[in-house]
Amino acid sequence: MMLSRTASQLYWMSRYMERAENLARLLDVTHSLSLLPQSRGGADISAALATTGALEACRARHPQLAAGDVMHFMTFDAANPACIVNCLKYARENAHAVRGKITGEMWESINATWLEARQMGLEGRPLAGFFDWVKERSHLFRGTTYGTIQRNDAFSFIRLGTFMERADNTARLINVKSHLVGNAAEDSAADFYLWGALLRSLGAFEAYHELYRDTLSSRRVAELLILRPDVPRSLRACVDEIAELLPRIKGDTGHRAKRQAATLHAEMSYGQIDSILDDGLHTYLTQFLSQIHDLGDAIHGAYLEAA
Amino acid sequence: MHALTLPESGHYDEMLLDSGGIRPHYRDFARWLHSQPPETLARKRAEADLMFHRVGITFAVYGDDSGAERLIPFDTVPRIIPASDWQTLEAGMRQRVTALNAFLHDIYHEQHIVKAGLIPAEQVFSNSQYQPAMQGLDLPHRIYAHITGVDVIRHSDGNFYVLEDNLRVPSGVSYMLENRKMMMRLFPELFASHAVAPVQHYPTLLLNTLRHASAVDNPTVVVLTPGHHNSAYFEHAFLAQQMGVELVEGQDMFVKNNRVYMRTTAGHKQVDVIYRRIDDAFLDPLAFRGDSMLGVPGLLSVYRAGGVILANAIGTGVADDKSIYPYVPDMIRFYLSEEPLLQNVPTWMCRRPAELDHVLNNLHELVVKEVHGAGGYGMLIGPAASAAEIEDFRQRIIADPNNYIAQPTLCLSSCPTFVESGIAPRHIDLRPFVLSGRDISMVAGGLTRVALKEGSLVVNSSQGGGTKDTWILEDQS
Repeated sequence: MMLSRTASQLYWMSRYMERAENLARLLDVTHSLSLLPQSRGGADISAALATTGALEACRARHPQLAAGDVMHFMTFDAANPACIVNCLKYARENAHAVRGKITGEMWESINATWLEARQMGLEGRPLAGFFDWVKERSHLFRGTTYGTIQRNDAFSFIRLGTFMERADNTARLINVKSHLVGNAAEDSAADFYLWGALLRSLGAFEAYHELYRDTLSSRRVAELLILRPDVPRSLRACVDEIAELLPRIKGDTGHRAKRQAATLHAEMSYGQIDSILDDGLHTYLTQFLSQIHDLGDAIHGAYLEAA
Repeated sequence: MHALTLPESGHYDEMLLDSGGIRPHYRDFARWLHSQPPETLARKRAEADLMFHRVGITFAVYGDDSGAERLIPFDTVPRIIPASDWQTLEAGMRQRVTALNAFLHDIYHEQHIVKAGLIPAEQVFSNSQYQPAMQGLDLPHRIYAHITGVDVIRHSDGNFYVLEDNLRVPSGVSYMLENRKMMMRLFPELFASHAVAPVQHYPTLLLNTLRHASAVDNPTVVVLTPGHHNSAYFEHAFLAQQMGVELVEGQDMFVKNNRVYMRTTAGHKQVDVIYRRIDDAFLDPLAFRGDSMLGVPGLLSVYRAGGVILANAIGTGVADDKSIYPYVPDMIRFYLSEEPLLQNVPTWMCRRPAELDHVLNNLHELVVKEVHGAGGYGMLIGPAASAAEIEDFRQRIIADPNNYIAQPTLCLSSCPTFVESGIAPRHIDLRPFVLSGRDISMVAGGLTRVALKEGSLVVNSSQGGGTKDTWILEDQS
């Protein structure tokens, strides 16, 4: 049993940390793709922006959508609530409010991350190094959490935040790439770079080769990132965790959330990539995102607001 | 080894005699101090600063726009009190708090003390801290102030005087506990050679006191904080964690069927005892300040119906008000038929014309305080003030004499303290904490605050004060 407000702050602490990491992954890959010629699928930075929902806000500020401006907007621009530094800030603010419920080492890690990120923003750190740094700090925070916090409801809400955010972010990423690739039957050379970039941004490039020992194809990439339970950033892996975490939370509330998670879990466990592709990847992902959002609402209603 | 500045003669120093000798209870410590290389001690001080920062023992300063958190400076020379002094202090504080609780019960019931003519009725009933809502309400064990902080000082005559009582939401106890933890970490050898009374069981005593405050079996206790922007938030979180109870904000609770509940991940849970760290005025927007976002709407009606316990009770401020303070010795005689064991500082009430004249004629040597002020704000220290400041204060007193009291400038005792030039005497006070439940409990200790500026008598952390660990030596005989 814990206060709903506390649970909410723990949940959002880890959501914002995860969001910062995923943004870094997305921008890192976009940044390297932008170095490729157009014909090889490079440059379209607006696609990256579209996944985050910040395209319009960015266009309002930088109508040309010049690469450098967009990158700054998405990393250090304090006026953009969705930029990496602000995510780190919100993560730290939530942690501050629940300092008594997390370990000292967790607090030190998240606090140092925010202080350093703010400093980097002032100094104008080169971007590639910055993205790696954000990923490392997120790994460090997750590792500190795993290594120090008691296995109780607080831990469950922290993990729930991580996987709800990751499920959302991964689905958005695949959605944008699939849109870029289009519905051509044959994978083109440009698609090769796009799918490769997608796998790299999700840290799944090595897993792909290990599992398939074959060239990149959209079908196999989609299967890997949607249905494989053993790839830690796949949709299936996230849903597995969520469905396992919810019943573990003490108390007799949250029936709707648990039912929705179990349903989603069953659908994915017995899902097949061919039937997903028959309906269209975009259709499937749009539906998945709306299911995740409904689940998020149910979690909020049952545990985090408990009006 | 250390550059040691001696106290001015005529002042009382806790460690050093006028002759330059060392008081008996400081001898072992002084010997140890002289055996320590200054570099070692400097390194330990840096270590302490770093540790406090990492743990996050900080406080927010009101009126500082940057909203920055600051560290309260911690001094590593302990304030040592011999057992015999502590016995007097402890007995005096128990007596005083017992009388103050009796006073609160009385003025919210039959008002014997007013009828007996000891305290003028308007002093009590037109006091802004008097809460008519408390009239006739019966509290378990007749306890109003469950937690009291009593500020005492030692004057140059060597005696202790009570400077003020804090019966609303006294703070500082977390520093008492953290300072001890820090000293034991930095200098374990000192605790092997000194019989220092332990203080670390304070949270257990506090939890017992709060649980006993309710008639419910196994009551649910919470700590109510205004939130993490409050200057004492660290302490609220610390105490909740040490007691193993929830730290709640007003928005976490609601009132239903004459009970108070908190919203939890396992549904709604009834709350029986609220250790509230917010002022009366903010507790319930329906009863007090309507613009308060910190309280719980409807809390007062549940409280009046006996559905929840508040610690401290509503309306305790009327007993620690500076205009009521001069009457505390009379309260002790009236309710307990005892002579006060601890003395008050002589106080002139500007509301009395004869005393006002005396105050206005002697401003340059008096300390003048606002009756409702706290935290060292809104006071005049005559001997340290410029002519213009004194003149300004004179006009303020004449405009509203009821709002001021004056006291002689007491010479707070000093204690050797690390400063830039080495070790020098700095003025200190002491705030022990008194817990009132079925009976009164205290840990042998308190918060020693130190004015770090040379010659300064203002020890408040908001005005540049620091803290020291306070050692009560147990009697070895």
